[in-house]
Amino acid sequence: MESHIAEIVQHTGGVIGNAWLMIAFPLVGAFILLVFNRFTNRWGHLLGVAMSLASFVVAVLAFFELIGFGEEERRRAVHLYEFIPGMVDMGLLIDPLSISFALLITGVGSLIHIYSIGYMAHDEHRRRFFSYLNLFVAAMLLLVLADNYVGLFIGWEGVGLASYLLIGFWQFKPSAAVAAKKAFVVNRVGDFGLLVGMFIIWTTFGTLTFAELGEKIQPGQTNGTMLAIGLLLLLGACGKSAQLPLQSWLLDAMEGPTPVSALIHAATMVTAGVYLVVRSGAFFFPEGSGAALAVAIVGAATLLAGAIIGCAKDDIKKGLAGSTMSQIGYMMLGAGLGPAGYAFAIGHLITHGFFKADMFLGAGSVMHGMNDEVDMRKYGALRKVMPITFVTFFIGYLAIIGFPLLSGYFTKDGIIETAVHHQPILGWLAVLGAGITGFYMSRMVFMTFFGQKRWADDAHPHESPLVMTVPLMILSLGALGLGAYLVLSNRLLLFLAPAVGRPEELPEFAPFAPSGLATLGLVAVGAIFAWMKYGRAEVPSVQPRGSFLTTFARRDLYGDALNESLFMRPGQWLTRLAVFFDNRGVDGIVNGLAAGIGGSSGRLRRVQTGFARTYALSIFIGAALLTGALLLVGNI
Amino acid sequence: MSPWLPILMAVPVVGAIVVALLPKGSDKLAKQVALLVSLLVLVLTGVVAAGFKPSGERFQFVAEYNWIPSFGVKFGVGVDGVALVLIALSAVLVPIVILASWHDADGVKTADGTLITPKRSVKTYFSLLLVLEAMMIGVFAATDIFLFYVFFEAMLIPMYFMIGSYGGAQRSYAAVKFLLYSLFGGLLMLVAVIGLYFVAGKQTFMFPELVGAIQDPVTQKWLFAGFFIAFAIKAPLWPVHTWLPDAAAQAPAGAAVLLVGVLDKVGTFGMLRFCLELFPDAAKAFTMPIVVLAVISIIYGAIVAIGQTDMKRLIAYTSISHFGFIVLGVFAMSSVAQSGAALYMVNHGFATGALFLAAGFLIARRGSPFIADYGGVQKVAPLLAGFFLVAGLAGLSLPGLSSFVSEFMVMIGTYSSQAHGSGALTVAAIISAVAVILAAVYILWMVQRTMNGPTAEPVKAFKDLNAREVWVLAPLVALIIGFGFFPKPLLDVINPSVQQTLTNVKVPTSTIAEKGTGQ
Amino acid sequence: MTTHYLVLSGILFAIGALGVLIRRNAIVVFMCVELMLNACNLAFVTFSRQVGNLEGQIIAFFVMVVAAAEVVVGLAIIVTIFRTRRSASVDDANLLKY
Repeated sequence: MESHIAEIVQHTGGVIGNAWLMIAFPLVGAFILLVFNRFTNRWGHLLGVAMSLASFVVAVLAFFELIGFGEEERRRAVHLYEFIPGMVDMGLLIDPLSISFALLITGVGSLIHIYSIGYMAHDEHRRRFFSYLNLFVAAMLLLVLADNYVGLFIGWEGVGLASYLLIGFWQFKPSAAVAAKKAFVVNRVGDFGLLVGMFIIWTTFGTLTFAELGEKIQPGQTNGTMLAIGLLLLLGACGKSAQLPLQSWLLDAMEGPTPVSALIHAATMVTAGVYLVVRSGAFFFPEGSGAALAVAIVGAATLLAGAIIGCAKDDIKKGLAGSTMSQIGYMMLGAGLGPAGYAFAIGHLITHGFFKADMFLGAGSVMHGMNDEVDMRKYGALRKVMPITFVTFFIGYLAIIGFPLLSGYFTKDGIIETAVHHQPILGWLAVLGAGITGFYMSRMVFMTFFGQKRWADDAHPHESPLVMTVPLMILSLGALGLGAYLVLSNRLLLFLAPAVGRPEELPEFAPFAPSGLATLGLVAVGAIFAWMKYGRAEVPSVQPRGSFLTTFARRDLYGDALNESLFMRPGQWLTRLAVFFDNRGVDGIVNGLAAGIGGSSGRLRRVQTGFARTYALSIFIGAALLTGALLLVGNI
Repeated sequence: MSPWLPILMAVPVVGAIVVALLPKGSDKLAKQVALLVSLLVLVLTGVVAAGFKPSGERFQFVAEYNWIPSFGVKFGVGVDGVALVLIALSAVLVPIVILASWHDADGVKTADGTLITPKRSVKTYFSLLLVLEAMMIGVFAATDIFLFYVFFEAMLIPMYFMIGSYGGAQRSYAAVKFLLYSLFGGLLMLVAVIGLYFVAGKQTFMFPELVGAIQDPVTQKWLFAGFFIAFAIKAPLWPVHTWLPDAAAQAPAGAAVLLVGVLDKVGTFGMLRFCLELFPDAAKAFTMPIVVLAVISIIYGAIVAIGQTDMKRLIAYTSISHFGFIVLGVFAMSSVAQSGAALYMVNHGFATGALFLAAGFLIARRGSPFIADYGGVQKVAPLLAGFFLVAGLAGLSLPGLSSFVSEFMVMIGTYSSQAHGSGALTVAAIISAVAVILAAVYILWMVQRTMNGPTAEPVKAFKDLNAREVWVLAPLVALIIGFGFFPKPLLDVINPSVQQTLTNVKVPTSTIAEKGTGQ
Repeated sequence: MTTHYLVLSGILFAIGALGVLIRRNAIVVFMCVELMLNACNLAFVTFSRQVGNLEGQIIAFFVMVVAAAEVVVGLAIIVTIFRTRRSASVDDANLLKY
């Protein structure tokens, strides 16, 4: 159970000492584009790309500086300034884990920026779009680079804000506005968990920085408080990473422009939850603890749910969204398995970043050529007219289903094998999920690129311009070889070890393990089944009614219906009740009191008749009474 | 004896007299003079703030003049950290409000095109604003409790006229309701002030000399109640909050900003300084019921806000929720929570001020405060929509914006407070954290219904913000973002005086940083 | 014996009070008020005599002065009311009410 996590060293100077530039570049970009709005219309997108690339360059330089240090000194903290005096200072933590994320975010993020130049070319608000993209990158970098939970939380919410803005980018569509709000609110439910988790951490340990927590928490320590913190942080992670039960926002988030979907789903936002769990892993999710088990269970449940949803979607983006849920589920499953799983979870996160971005952007390219049609039943036989998009998408597809020797094969298989080893039941569920993945991803490819043309009459599909296809090619290269590079000879695991700990025994690459073979077999079965149903047979261009199960999947497993009947409707009633109570109850009492006083004084004023003689009588009576009283008292 | 604070109060009074004496018809000149005077006050406040030493004496810039010698009443002023930041808040908000209400006193347009004309002249409005500024500075600067009471009550007068003479259709009802509520509370406070004078028997109303003067717990409780009810009405705390939505909805936007942003802070400021320090035992005894009321305010205000159809009322209810946080922080009796509460008073002023003003600009374009009358504003007025969103996000305490720091400090300070040993404060913190979710609902739903979606027909003619309106909102947004990432300058000023308060309340002031021994 | 003076004073006061209460004509009411004042004056002078100092008599002079002033103002009001309303009844002048 002994995991060797390196001490955090204070660092100044050099590239790492100036790592804040990584965040500052895109932040300044966003600021300039928003403040000088119309004046930057002509070159705004270029500035956005330049800022993102600059950030990438800093990340690369920092990475090389970091590997220049010895293995035990690769956790460098950079103090920035005093944030809340006596509570928390703002600082950055550059270690193998955060730098991996930073590279992924800035690298894939920059490619998405470049792609967006082409994709958003005809949108009059392209400049605004780039400012949001920059904001997103900056917030995400703050999230992964911060050396404390408060900084992480600021980045965390910044990401939420940017995604709100991006999902609602076409806010004049009511559906987009609703989806954006929903994403934010559902995320806030997760934030509630993260917030309360932070309260407990602060109250128990008196600090919120990772370095000091590392000193105060013994590795492997568990008790009720730690379990509570773990579960609350998991709630936060569920919100950001769209895990059950907070998954419902992700499918609606497809209302945003397609590069947004790529940025949110592939490179950044949804991986934040995995980052949180892995970052806190040594503290609150030690191997074998209840909290870690909860993470793994949530992951396994979501990977199945996402896969099932993916099977029934005809909207290509929603299909991909389902698959994202599912793949993040794999990562969470890996993150719940302790140090052995972390490396694979992060590895899968990185390769998934590449192949999912590849496929999302590919889907965007298809939509770009098809007049923004998203219904796969209106596609078919596109491989001939969009060769580059087809090839890159196909590579991404092979990677995600775990075709041997491609990226996904190494990382996903790693998670499955580790899971079978540690939590057999969850592991075999993950194998089943892989089979379903084989089915729905094949279905997507066959419906889109193979079979008969089912295009709308006015569709003239064409290949996208180079500015869009070059990023696709680069991403597909990553989907091809990155997995092998990271996993073979445990390169990533050894690199991450100082930050997240090292498992007792290093996993060995075992291509012929029973779980691996079973996965391959199931994937093949799923793919063949999909071929028979959607490749060879004709796909109806109108959605068939489908069985009970299909409807179940189409309606997102009734997640929205559940939320609506459990939270939304009672909430509306409660609100109405409260407003009524406030107007009639609280205010009513006050107004009633006022009316009562007014009424009684209205009756009392009748005494003032205006007749002088009446007044005189009352004076005499008063005087008589007074005299009488004095006589009675006898003190006259 | 330092002349700075009396000067700070005198300048706006002189300005008000000058504005009032301007000849009829010189409305524009009146506005310009008022703006200049308020900017001068801002500069002077900057000088005072620069001269304030956080590590020095508690009360600085002290000045005392005999006022009613036979009762020991003095014109005593001086500022500690909390008072200073609140004076700075007023000094920042007044010029912004003057600039924002450039046309507020010209009459209120309603949705059907009729104009509700004000009952008084334009220059009177700006004169009243300056008088109000002097009183706001005075109420925070007063160290003599009698003087504090005088300002506390006198502040009502300009505000009453601003609501009652320049407000919307229901202005008379709202103004009278506001006045009656406040007077009721003020009378209880007057009784308590006189009681304090006689029970303490020190022939003085000076606050520093009265700290610790009342020892008897029962007397403390009665006097505490007198002060607290007045402050709770002012703050406003559930269930004596219903005047605020009416007053804020009927007042012109600028007056609403000062009402919610500064005037109501007198309530929470008074709780922090007077209720806690003068009557520490009573404060501890009453903590639990007050915390319950605060938590009810937080959740109740948020829920009722969700259900509002009128933008200004909605913002008023969000403020009730936020004031719940401030009261919670004050009575959590931990240094983190109290610093957070004091910081919240300032940040809430900026955030709600920006939100009220942005909503005011929106309403001025359409004449209707009802959310349902808008839709798709983003398309025609992106700047307005953008500022509205940022102000709204500050209202929902988005991390990275100033209100987050204070809300976070209040909640975490409450959660970790050891003041009562029991888990009640812990539960209170967790329940109040639910407001984080509710806040997202009320703000974003309002944004969605007004700014997003297809553009409504009457909205299509909207003009985007003009230069004046941008200059109103931009400084506020800059402050909101700036203090969101760098709250240290404010906290450095606030922390010592909060520590002093806790010392007077005799709560152990060990900061959390010292504990945290782990398991 | 001074008791008779006091009894007379009481009787005069009672007559005056009764007149104020039951008569409608403003002039008569006014005269009744004067009667009450003079009843008081009689009592004051009597007490002065009883006690043996001058204070009661001095107060009687004060009362006379005040009564004279009152007559001036009161009669002026009554005359003005009579001019505008053609009536001197106190019951007709009841506008000053709720």
